[in-house]
Order: sequence, then structure tokens, then C-alpha cells
Amino acid sequence: MKTFFYTLKQAFIQFGRNRSMSLISIFAITCMLLILSLFFIMFINVNAAAESVKGDYNSIEIFLLDETTPEQADVMVQDMKQQKGVSDAFYKTKDEAMAEFKARWGDNGYLLDGLADNPLPNSVVVMISDLEQADALAAHAEEYEGIEDVKYYKSTVDKLLKATKFIQISAVILMIFLIIVSIIVVSNTIKLTVFNRSEEISIMKYVGATNWFIRGPFLIEGILIGVLSAVLALAITYLLYGQIVDIIGDQVYQMLSTPMVPVGFLIYNFAWIFLALGVSIGSCGSIISMRKFLNA
Amino acid sequence: MIEFDHVTKRYKSNVGLDDVSVKIDEGDFVFLVGPSGAGKSTFVKLILRELVADRGTITVKGKNVTKMSAREVPKLRRNIGIVFQDFRLLPKKTVYENVAFAMEIIHKPRKAIKKHVPQALTMMGIADKAKKYPDELSAGEQQRVAIARAIVNRPKILIADEPTGNLDPDTAWEIMQLLNQINQLGTTIVMVTHAKDIVDKMEKRVIAIEKGRIVRDEKGMYGYKEALADSTNMFDTIAVKKRDTFRAGFRRGGRK
Ligand SMILES: Nc1ncnc2c1ncn2[C@@H]1O[C@H](COP(=O)(O)OP(=O)(O)OP(=O)(O)O)[C@@H](O)[C@H]1O
Ligand SMILES: [Mg+2]
Repeated sequence: MKTFFYTLKQAFIQFGRNRSMSLISIFAITCMLLILSLFFIMFINVNAAAESVKGDYNSIEIFLLDETTPEQADVMVQDMKQQKGVSDAFYKTKDEAMAEFKARWGDNGYLLDGLADNPLPNSVVVMISDLEQADALAAHAEEYEGIEDVKYYKSTVDKLLKATKFIQISAVILMIFLIIVSIIVVSNTIKLTVFNRSEEISIMKYVGATNWFIRGPFLIEGILIGVLSAVLALAITYLLYGQIVDIIGDQVYQMLSTPMVPVGFLIYNFAWIFLALGVSIGSCGSIISMRKFLNA
Repeated sequence: MIEFDHVTKRYKSNVGLDDVSVKIDEGDFVFLVGPSGAGKSTFVKLILRELVADRGTITVKGKNVTKMSAREVPKLRRNIGIVFQDFRLLPKKTVYENVAFAMEIIHKPRKAIKKHVPQALTMMGIADKAKKYPDELSAGEQQRVAIARAIVNRPKILIADEPTGNLDPDTAWEIMQLLNQINQLGTTIVMVTHAKDIVDKMEKRVIAIEKGRIVRDEKGMYGYKEALADSTNMFDTIAVKKRDTFRAGFRRGGRK
């Protein structure tokens, strides 16, 4: 217990003596964590969007040319209902489509009133009960006469999933890179303190202090730097992301029909990641900075 | 207490020690002499396991130092006190704190610290300097503090690498008296020195090293005609008057 307090006291003294360097490294590590948090935020939001769009897997929308009659459309509806794996099919007029669209835009829906013509096409919506058949059904729909396009949401979801994967991989690479840089920053800061106390350390070694005892204060100093950076980065993320959600959250919801991840949930998850990163960066940095020093 | 068995230690291009075998018994007082670069400090560092031998075995207090794991090294060092030529006191700590430091960092209880630190200071004759800082002390007094720190944990072995190198002859001799006292209380002492007069006067065992080899091991004399390094060699050979002039000059030039 006495040892613990000694270690803690030394760590704070060192931190104080080395204040400007400590602050610089806190600043640097905070920046790295913020870059990281940007990536996490993108990742989490794209992921959430992908999840919610997955619900649209089960429909194919066949957009019709304007000259295609409702009767022709009805033939398609009936044909689709015959197909294996289809639970339902129905005709959706361009007016219905516009109404849906307006509802999605909410308060901004009046903007659409300015349009002279309804640019949306009529369509046939096919609900799929067996996702295994989705690809075949889409291909089948492509063969109808009088259609403009077949929109099959699986491809959208696939694109989103690909984007998530890409962001995920970049985040991991970036994270590794940033962690290494952070560890180097911390270890250089600590090296400075170690250097300032080299006399004391060499005496400690001669008198028979254990390496862990000597390391203790430096370890805590490193962890202190890491944790302070994490807290700072967390606070900044909280404020900025909170603002962003406030400002563009509604628009994002209207456009993508999926809400942004709420700030509370985000911070709660980030807190653990950042603290873990801060502690590991801090301790690795200080252990590395002392390795050469203690091996004698 | 300390045994070297065919010990060889090489640096990249230099020879530190070359096939050295020697035995130092409990309670011995041994001088380690030889020209500069002979391997004396290498010998000392091997005992402390600051260096690891390339070949041969070193045994300290029955423990094989060469095979010792890094984790056991602190334990070894707690049994060895060490004094350097340049004192190595912490300038921001008082005399008392400097000595207490040696006990604190190996987790000695506060009660023991309160008892043993004043004892060590008294033994070194500097009890009245406890609250002073190192830079308020003379060189001799600083070395006494360093010795107090080295013995406060009651080590079985005391190693001194040129402890009188920075001291004038009188002060050097006082320090020798203190080391002699410590030795008489049962501590084995290994002292590296260039001070011919001290060695001759003390009449202890002398191990002479040259180019990494032991060339002589006998009781008594320093054995080298010339003064090898520091001015303390002239101890006792200069008349009192001359010595005083010399000392003034030494103080001006020798110490920072
Ligand atoms: N770290 C090192 N790297 C390379 N060579 C070294 C190292 N330390 C010592 N040596 C060499 O090993 C030899 C023995 O050195 P050592 O320090 O043991 O001599 P010494 O007897 O203590 O000399 P001095 O009386 O000057 O203190 C010398 O030739 C020295 O140059
Ligand atoms: Mg030497």
C-alpha cells in the first residue's frame, strides 16, 4: 500500500515536471483518437443503415415505362403471384409513389409540390417470401415488356455491406497505425522523464530496487497521459457528434429512412474502447521507453 | 564470499577480463589495483551483475551470478553496498533522505528506517549534517553520506570503485579509517584504487590486474612504482607544508 502511494505520488510529480511534453503528447494522442472516432462513427452509422435496409431485401420493384397500361401491369402482377417464393405482388401508381415520397420527406414535403410533373414512374411491387429466389425473380422480371428498370434492394444492401467492410478494414489499418504512432509519442515523452531521473534510477538499481518498482511511476505517468487523452477525445466526440445529430439527424432520417446512431449509445461504447486504448498506449509507451534503461 | 572461476568478459574489441580465477573470503579487505583500462571496473560490474560474463562462473554469497535470472538481480544487490568515486548522491534530497532512500525503495518498514539511518550517519560521523543538502557538504562529507547509504541496509559485501579518487589525502585517509571500521564489523570489502600510499599503509590483500589478467595477488604493497592516476598517491610522501600548498591547488583544479 505504501509502495502504491509512493508510485502514484512519483507519477504525478513526474507528470508535473514534464508538463509541457505531457500536454503535447496528450494533444497528439487526443487527435489520433479523434481521427479514430471519426472512422468508428462512420462505421457504426453505415452499419446501422445497412441493418435497417436489410428489411427491404424482401421486395423487388419493377418500374414501368409511362406508356405501359395498368392492364399490362396487372398481367405482370398475376404472373409474379404464380412464381415460386412470392408472397404478394401489387400495382403502385406514380401518385401513390409520390405520396409515400412526400411522407418520407416530412415537413419538407411541400418542396415537392413545386414540381410540375410527377417524375416518379408507376411500378409493380413484388414481395418475396423466399430470399433464395430473389435473384431468379429479379432476372425473370427483367424479361417483361414495357419496363424501365428492376430495382432489387439486395444490390443496395450489398453495396452498403461492402462499404461497411471497407470502412472496417481501413479503420483497423488506421487504428494500428495510430496506435503505433501514439505509443512512440508516449514513449518519447516518458524517455524524457526517465532521462531526468536517470541518476536516481541508477542508484535505485544499485541498491536493489526491482524493475517493476522502478517502472511503476513511469507506467502510471504513461497511463495518465493515455487516460487523459481518452477522456478528452471522448468529450470532444460527444459534443461534436451530439451537434451533428442535432443538425443533420432529421435530414439523414428523411433521406435514408434510417436514424443516426444516438450520441448516448455511441459514447457509452466509445468510452470502453478509448479507455482501453489509452491505458494500453500509455503502458506500452512507458515500458518501451524504459526497456533499454533497465536491461543492465 | 566472492569467487571467480575462469571468468572471461570481452567487449566488442577490448578485453575486459581474461580467464580470471580468484576467491575472496568473508571478512576480507581486498584492494584491486592496476593501470587504467586493466579491467578493475569490469571485475566490479561482474560481481554486481551489471555485466554478464562470457565464460566461467562467478559466485557471490553462494549464488551463481552468471546463471542468475534478471528477476534475482535486485536480491543480489541488496546484499552488496556500493560506493563510487563521484558519490552519486541525489542533489534534491537531504543527507537523511539520501540514506533513507536506499531503505525505502526496498520496502523497509518506516520504523527500521527511523532507527538505522541515524545509526549509519552517526557511524560515518555526519549525524549533524542530516538536514543538509549534498551541495552544502565537502567532498569528504559527501562520500561519507554515500558510504552511509551503502551500508544502511547492512550488506555483507561493500564494493568501492575508487572511493578516494576525488578526495584530498587527509580526507581520503579518514574515509579509509571508516571503511576499515566497517570491515571490522564483518563486511567484506573490495576496493578499486590507484592510491599507492593508501594501499601500502593499509597492508591488506592486493590483487593486481593488467590487461584483464590477475598478475599478482598478495598481502601488502601496491606494487607499482609510479603514481598511476590520481593525486592521492602522493599521500604521506609530501611534507606537511608542501601538502597544504598542493591541497589548495588540488581543490582549485581537481573538483568542479
Ligand atoms: N562498455 C564498454 N564497451 C567497450 N569497451 C569497454 C567498455 N567498458 C570497458 N571497456 C574496455 O574494457 C577494458 C577494461 O575496462 P575497465 O573499465 O574495467 O578498466 P579499469 O581497470 O576500471 O580502468 P580505470 O582505472 O581507468 O577505471 C578497457 O580497455 C576498456 O576500454
Ligand atoms: Mg574503472
